[in-house]
Amino acid sequence: MIRLEKRPQPSQAWSLSTPVVAVIATMIFGGALFGVLGTNPFVAIRTIFFEPLFGEFAFYYRPQLLVKGAPLVLIAIGLSLGFKAGIWNIGAEGQYIIGAIVGAGIGLAFYPTEGWYIFPLMIIGGALGGFAWAMIPAILKTRFGTNEILVSLMLVYVAEQLLASMSLGLLKNPEGFGFPGSRNLQEYPSAHNAELITGTGAHLGVVFALIAVIFAYVLLNRHMLGYQIRLTGEAPRAARFAGVRPTRLVLFCLGTSGALAGLAGLFEVSGPSGQISIDFNVGYGFTAIIVAFLGRLHPVGILLAGGLMALTYIGGEIAQGQLGLPAAAIQVFQGMLLFFLLALDLLTNFRIRFARQEVA
Amino acid sequence: MDLSAINPVLLIASLMVAATPLLLAAIGELVVEKAGVLNLGVEGMMIVGAISGFAISVETGSPWLGFLASAIGGAVLSLLFVLLTQVALANQVASGLALTLFGLGISSLMGQSYVGIKPPATPRLDIPVLSDIPVLGPILFSHDLILYLGIALVAAVWALLKYSRVGLVLRAVGENHDAAHALGYKVVRVRTLAILFGGACAGLGGAYISLIRVPQWTEGMTAGIGWIALALVVFASWKPWRALIGAYLFGGITVLQLNLQAAGVAIPVEYLAMSPYVITIIVLVILSADKSSAPASLGRSFHATN
Repeated sequence: MIRLEKRPQPSQAWSLSTPVVAVIATMIFGGALFGVLGTNPFVAIRTIFFEPLFGEFAFYYRPQLLVKGAPLVLIAIGLSLGFKAGIWNIGAEGQYIIGAIVGAGIGLAFYPTEGWYIFPLMIIGGALGGFAWAMIPAILKTRFGTNEILVSLMLVYVAEQLLASMSLGLLKNPEGFGFPGSRNLQEYPSAHNAELITGTGAHLGVVFALIAVIFAYVLLNRHMLGYQIRLTGEAPRAARFAGVRPTRLVLFCLGTSGALAGLAGLFEVSGPSGQISIDFNVGYGFTAIIVAFLGRLHPVGILLAGGLMALTYIGGEIAQGQLGLPAAAIQVFQGMLLFFLLALDLLTNFRIRFARQEVA
Repeated sequence: MDLSAINPVLLIASLMVAATPLLLAAIGELVVEKAGVLNLGVEGMMIVGAISGFAISVETGSPWLGFLASAIGGAVLSLLFVLLTQVALANQVASGLALTLFGLGISSLMGQSYVGIKPPATPRLDIPVLSDIPVLGPILFSHDLILYLGIALVAAVWALLKYSRVGLVLRAVGENHDAAHALGYKVVRVRTLAILFGGACAGLGGAYISLIRVPQWTEGMTAGIGWIALALVVFASWKPWRALIGAYLFGGITVLQLNLQAAGVAIPVEYLAMSPYVITIIVLVILSADKSSAPASLGRSFHATN
C-alpha cells in the first residue's frame, strides 16, 4: 500500500528538479501522442526541441525565440507575483489585448507625425491600458469581494469583442481597401518597435522582460512588499496578524500583472505583429500561466520556462510545416506539461512510503 | 430596426435551449462545489464533451449514443482532475486551469476531421395534442429530451441534497472535511464521485451545444459558457433551483442579444456580443456581498494525516 507522508519541510531538491522531470515526462507522453497521430515520435520531439536551436535554419528560428519568449516572460512575471499571494489573475490575455489597443491607438492618433516622443507615449499607454483592465477585477474584489478569477476571465471575452470592434471600426486602416485591421505600425517609424540589433529578434520588449525579471527578483528577495506577498500566500492568517493589508496587495499584484501584460501586448502590436487585427491575440496570456508554474513562480525559473515554452511554439510550427503535425497537438503538449508539473509537485511536499495496509 | 420581428414565444422557447448547456454544466459544478471542490476545468470538460458527443453521433448516426459519449468524455477528463487534486493533492485552481487548457487543445485535435459536418438531428419530443396549444405548446412541450433531463437533474440534485443521506454526507464533506473524516466518511471517495458527476454533466452540456444548439463543430465553440456556469453557481448561492433561474436569465440575455443583432439594432454587433459577459460580472458583483452560503471547505485539499 502506498502511503503519503507530509514532509516537515518542502524538499528543496524536488522543488528544483520537478520541472525537469515534468518536461521529460511530457516528452515521453507527448511523443506517444504524436506516435498515435502517425508521426514518428523521435523525429517530432527532435523537431520541436532541437531544430529551432541547432537545425539547418536555426539562424532564422533563434531570433524567433526572443520574439515569442519576451511576451511570455513579461506576462508570467506579473502573474507569478499574484499567484504567490493566492491572487489569481487569469485574464492576462484580456489585459494584453487592451494594452495593445491603447498603445496602438495612441500611435495611430499621431499618424503621420514623426517624433521621438510617440513611442514612449505608446509604452505608457500600453502599460496603463493593461493596468486599467486589471483594476476592474482588483477593485471589484477589494470593494465587493467579487471573485477575481471569474471577473478577469470574463473580461478576456469582452476584450476580444472590443478588439474585433476596433479592427473593424475605430482603428481600421482608412487606406486598407476595406480589409479589417489597422494601419501597419511597422511602416510608421515613430511607432515601430524595431529590433535593437538587426537579425537578433531583440526588440525593446525583450529588454523590458529582462528588467521585469530583475525587478521581480529584487522585490521578492530584498523588499518588504515581496516578503508580504510570500507570507500572504503561505500563511494568510499570519499575514493578517503581521499587519499585511490584503487590499493593497490585491491592487498591487493585479495592477502589476495587468501593466506587464499590457506592455507585452504593446510591444507585440508595434513590433512582430505590426497591426491591430481580429485575430491579433494568440493566447500568450494563457500560455504565460503555464510558464509561471513551470518556472516555479520564481523570476529566474520563469525566464528559463519562457524560453522553453517559446521553443515549443517555434518547434511546433516547424513540426506543423515539415511533419504535418496539427497545431492543436502543441497546445495539448503544453497542457500536458502543466499536468505533470502539478502532479509531480506532490513529491516536493510529501514523501511516498510503501507500507503494509493498516487496520483502520 | 424592426423589433416587431422578435416573436416572444419563440424567444422563450429558444431561451430554454440556450440555457440548457449552462444549466447542465452549472448543476454538475454545484454538486462538485457542495463537496468542497472547486473545479475550474468546466470549460475544458464541456468542450471535450462537445467533440466526443459530436464525433460519436456522427460515426454512429445516433444522437443518444453521442450524448452518452459526451458524458463519458467529460467524466474521463475530470478523472485527470481527480488524479491531480485528490491523489496528488495539487492546487485546485491551477489544476482546473490546466484542465481547461488541456481540454481546449485535445478537443481541437479530436475535432480536426469533423469541421463542417452536420450531426444527425436530435428528435424533438412533440407531444401530439399538448405541443399544439398556442403559446404554452412551443414553450413547454416541444423540446428535445436532454432539455427536460436538465430540469429533471436540477430537481434530482435538489432532492438529493436536501432529503437524502447521500446529500447529507456530501454536504458534510464540503463543509468540514476533517469532521467528516473523523465520522468515518470517505472524503476522497465522495469528492471523486462528485467530480466525476460534474464532469459528466459538463460533457453533456458541451454536447448540447455541438449537437442541438449550434449544431456543428468549431474549435473553442463553448466560448466561455463553462466559465459563465462557474459564475452561475456563485449566483445561485449553491442552491439548485436558483441555478435554474440563473441559467434562464443568462440564456435569455444571450438569445435577446442575438435577436437584437438580427433585428439590426443600432448598437454594434461586438457590443451586443460582449453583453452576456458584462452582465455576468455585474451579477457577480451584486451577489458577492453574500458569502455565507459557500461550502466552508471549498477549494481546500484534504489529506488524512495519521
